[in-house]
Amino acid sequence: MVERILEINHLKKHFDMGRGTMLKAVNDVSFHVNRGETFGLVGESGCGKSTIGRTIMTLYDRTAGEVLFNGKNVHELPTKEKFKYYRSMQMIFQDPYASLNPRSTVREVISEPMEVHGIFKNKKEQLERVYQLLEEVGLNRDHANRYPHEFSGGQRQRIGIARALALNPDFIIADEPISALDVSVQAQVVNLLKELQVEKGLTFLFIAHDLSMVKQISDRIGVMYLGNMVEMTAADQLYERPLHPYTRALLSAIPIPDPDIEESRERIILEGELPSPINPPSGCVFRTRCPMAMDICAKEKPVWQEVEQEHYVACHLYQESSGTSAEPKVNILSK
Amino acid sequence: MLEVQDLHVTFTTYGGTVKAVRGVDLYVNEGETLAIVGESGCGKSVTSNAIMRLIPSPPGKITRGMIRFKGEDLVSLSEKAMRNIRGVDISMIFQDPMTALNPTLTIGTQLMEGLYEHQKVTGQEAKRRALEMMDLVGIPNPEERLKQYPHQFSGGMRQRIVIAIALICEPELLIADEPTTALDVTIQAQILELFEKIQKQTGVSIILITHDLGVVAKIADRIAVMYAGKIVEVGTKREIFYQPEHPYTKGLLRSVPRLDLKGGKLAAIEGTPPDLFSPPEGCPFAARCAYAMEVCTHVHPVKTSLSPSHQVDCWLQDERAKKLLATSSPK
Repeated sequence: MVERILEINHLKKHFDMGRGTMLKAVNDVSFHVNRGETFGLVGESGCGKSTIGRTIMTLYDRTAGEVLFNGKNVHELPTKEKFKYYRSMQMIFQDPYASLNPRSTVREVISEPMEVHGIFKNKKEQLERVYQLLEEVGLNRDHANRYPHEFSGGQRQRIGIARALALNPDFIIADEPISALDVSVQAQVVNLLKELQVEKGLTFLFIAHDLSMVKQISDRIGVMYLGNMVEMTAADQLYERPLHPYTRALLSAIPIPDPDIEESRERIILEGELPSPINPPSGCVFRTRCPMAMDICAKEKPVWQEVEQEHYVACHLYQESSGTSAEPKVNILSK
Repeated sequence: MLEVQDLHVTFTTYGGTVKAVRGVDLYVNEGETLAIVGESGCGKSVTSNAIMRLIPSPPGKITRGMIRFKGEDLVSLSEKAMRNIRGVDISMIFQDPMTALNPTLTIGTQLMEGLYEHQKVTGQEAKRRALEMMDLVGIPNPEERLKQYPHQFSGGMRQRIVIAIALICEPELLIADEPTTALDVTIQAQILELFEKIQKQTGVSIILITHDLGVVAKIADRIAVMYAGKIVEVGTKREIFYQPEHPYTKGLLRSVPRLDLKGGKLAAIEGTPPDLFSPPEGCPFAARCAYAMEVCTHVHPVKTSLSPSHQVDCWLQDERAKKLLATSSPK
C-alpha cells in the first residue's frame, strides 16, 4: 500500500527584492513523496529546487500553498508539534566543508541535535549513540574526538549523514549531497545512503542537478525549470519516455561516458539561457528556449496534468481538452 | 607539438613538502584534444599550470623535468620570453568564468588587451578582430556587447568571452582547466559544441582537464588518467574506455552512473587517495587496489606499452603477475 508521507500542494515561494520586484523562486508546484521511496528533484541552478527543500524544512515560510507531512500542514504546527516534526525531518547539506562547525569535535557535531531535543538523560548513553552512528556511516569510534578539518570530503559528508540520522528521522532532505565530492567518493556516499534507506526505512528527497546520479538513486523524479515543475514520473519512465521538451533537451545534453554512444547519438542543443525568475516569460516559462514553441505557449500557462498513469507533465503539446493522451499534437521528434 | 618529460613539481608548506606532480610524461599532437582526467588533488591542474609556467614560486617549484614546445624547453625559459609564449602560442581557460574576468573593465578592453600586448595592431584592426572572435564564439550583437562589463553577461556567455580572449592571438595550444564544471548541463552542451567548432576552424590543439568522463567521451582524442601526481594510464579514447588496463581506470569507469543503463549498486572505489606529503613508495593506488600484490607496495611499476598509443603503469602487466593470476583469483 503506497502511503503519501509528504504532499506539496500548489506551493509558492516568492522573495521580495525591494522596489516592488518579486523573485518567483517557486511558482505553484505540486508533488508528493511516498513513504520509503527516494524522490529526486532535478533542475539547473536557479530553478527553485533548493528553495523547495528549505521551505519543506520550514527554514522559509511559504508564500502560498501547503506542505503536508503525514497529513499535517507543517507551516501551521503548534510549537510542540513543530519539535516533533523536526525530529522526523532532517537535512544533509551540499558542502561538507561549510556545514560542519570547524570548532566542534565530531562528537559535539553529532550530539548537538540530541541535546537540543533532550533525547538522553545521561552523557554516557549519548556517547554510546554517537559511536553507534559513526559505525553506521562507515567511520569508527576513534573519530569522535577529532575535528572536521582532519577528514576528507567524503568522510565529512559521512559525519553530516550521521548528524542527520541522530534523531532517527523518517524523512531526509539531501540537498546536493554529493556534488562537492570526487567521482569515486560520490559512489561510496550514494551506496551508503541506499543501504541506510533499506536498513531504516527512510524516505529521501534527493535534490541534485546531476541527472545521471539522480536516476541511479531515485524511484521517482520531478524535473524543475524556472520555479515550475515541468514533468514528474518514475525514474525509468523519465529516461525511456521523456515527454516535456525541456526534459528531452536536458537528457540529451548530458554526455554519456561511452565514446561510441556519444558519437552516434543525436543531441538537442538548447538555444539561449535561463530567463530571470524576477521577470519570467508569460505563459509557459520554457517557451523562450523551446524548439517546439507554439502561439498558445506565450498566452496560456500549461496545466499540470497526468497524461499517462503516474506521469505528470505541464506542456501544451500534450493538452487535449480533458481527454488526455501522451501523444503530442505535433511530432516532437521531427526536428 | 608539446612534449613533457619527467615533470616534478613540489610545494613547500609549513606542514612539509607536497609532491604534487611526480614524474609526468605526456605529449600533444597538432590539432588533437588530449584530456587529462583524475580526481581533485591528483595534480592535473598543477601539470597544466606548470606548462604555462604559472606555478607560484615560492612555494611551488618545478624540481625536475622538461617541457618542450616548438623546440624550446619552457622550464629554462626566462620570464620575459615566457610572456611572449603565454597568450600567443599557448593560452589557458580557467574553471570559473565568474572570476576569470576583470569586473572593472569592459569586455572589449579585455578582449583587445592581448592583441595590443603582443601584436602591433591599430585600434581599428584590434576591434575588427575582437568582433570576429565574438562572432566565432557565438555572442549576439557583438558591437554593443563590446562596451559592456562582465556582470552584464550570464555564466555561459562569460565562458564564451573567456574562450574568445584565449583565442584572439591565434594560439597553437589551448589549455582548458575544467572549462564547463561551473556551468549547467544545457550550457555545458553549448560550450562543448563550441570547442569542437573552434578546433575544426582553427586547428588548435587542446589540453582538456576534467573529472567528467562524459565530457571526455564526447570531445577527447586521447586520454591521460592521473592519480596521485602520476599518469597511470594513457591511450586513445577507445583504448581507455573499451580496453582499460589499470585497475584505477577500470574502477573510475565503473563508479560513474550511466544515464543509459539501469540502476543497481554503484561500484565505488573504497578508500581515499594517498597523502602527497609522503607519497607511498610503490604504486600510489596499491592501498585501494583489489589486485594489489606484495611488489606493488614497494616498487613503482614500470611502464608497459600495450600499443604505440596505449601505456600503463601497473605490475599486473608483468609476465610474472600474469602467471600468478592464471593460477589464483584476486582477493
